[in-house]
Amino acid sequence: MKKNDVILIAVLVAAALAVFLGISLYASMSTESGEAVVYLDGKEQGRYPLEQDMTVEIEAQGKNYNILEIREGKAEIREATCPDKICVNHRPIEKRGESLVCLPNKVVVEIENGRGQNLDGTTN
Amino acid sequence: MAKKAAYMGMLTALAFVFSYLESLFPINLGIPGVKLGLGNLVVIVTLYTMGTKEACTLSLVRIVLTGFTFGNPASMVYSLAGGILSLLTMIGARKIKLFSATGVSVLGGVAHNAGQILAAVLVVENVKLLYYFPVLILSGTLAGAVIGIVAGVLIKRLEDMIRKC
Repeated sequence: MKKNDVILIAVLVAAALAVFLGISLYASMSTESGEAVVYLDGKEQGRYPLEQDMTVEIEAQGKNYNILEIREGKAEIREATCPDKICVNHRPIEKRGESLVCLPNKVVVEIENGRGQNLDGTTN
Repeated sequence: MAKKAAYMGMLTALAFVFSYLESLFPINLGIPGVKLGLGNLVVIVTLYTMGTKEACTLSLVRIVLTGFTFGNPASMVYSLAGGILSLLTMIGARKIKLFSATGVSVLGGVAHNAGQILAAVLVVENVKLLYYFPVLILSGTLAGAVIGIVAGVLIKRLEDMIRKC
């Protein structure tokens, strides 16, 4: 290993940590009145408040579906027809900006704040 | 020529087996895309001992083979996006001669994850996926470093043996 390699690794780790801190800070600014927003193929399908426990079936193309469960302020995919089950194995999400992604079904579930706060978001 | 074909066949088989091994023991940190990249070990060794053209061939053959055998069409698209970007980055990084195999492998690992996440952003049409990027830079760096150190040792031992053909 050369000195340049060590510098490269240090720079990359530092950059990753910096971006990660930035995102966590942004996410921690508010988790109140969060909503789980479901997107199918880039188009918004519905918004569900995190305070309310519920189960939503997201219908994807063909006979595919993902079952979204909101419990104790966290959202997770409980069941899905996709082959890889990456979305099912993903840890539950609760913070603004976090997302659950099912690539085969083209489903994205993302945490956003309530509508009012979103409008103000651009001035933050 | 015959010897070269034999080496290529052996290396391809090795890369294929490594990808299979990795699919048997997935690292599940709750974040998709975090993996060691054992297959890349063979690609780097090929890049250094046999050359650019051979590494490209090996990488593509490996991705198509593993995609059809253990994956699905969707996962193959991401592997291709990651694999191609990673390979091009490693070829470039090797040419500028600033880094040893470890640095080249680290850049390859990060580029692989960058390629996959960009493909994912295009498929689901949601830029917010870049939220994963810092974690994937980190995992790409660590995995790339581990693979690069092992590759460095292998290249030293195999260099003379493979070059003779």
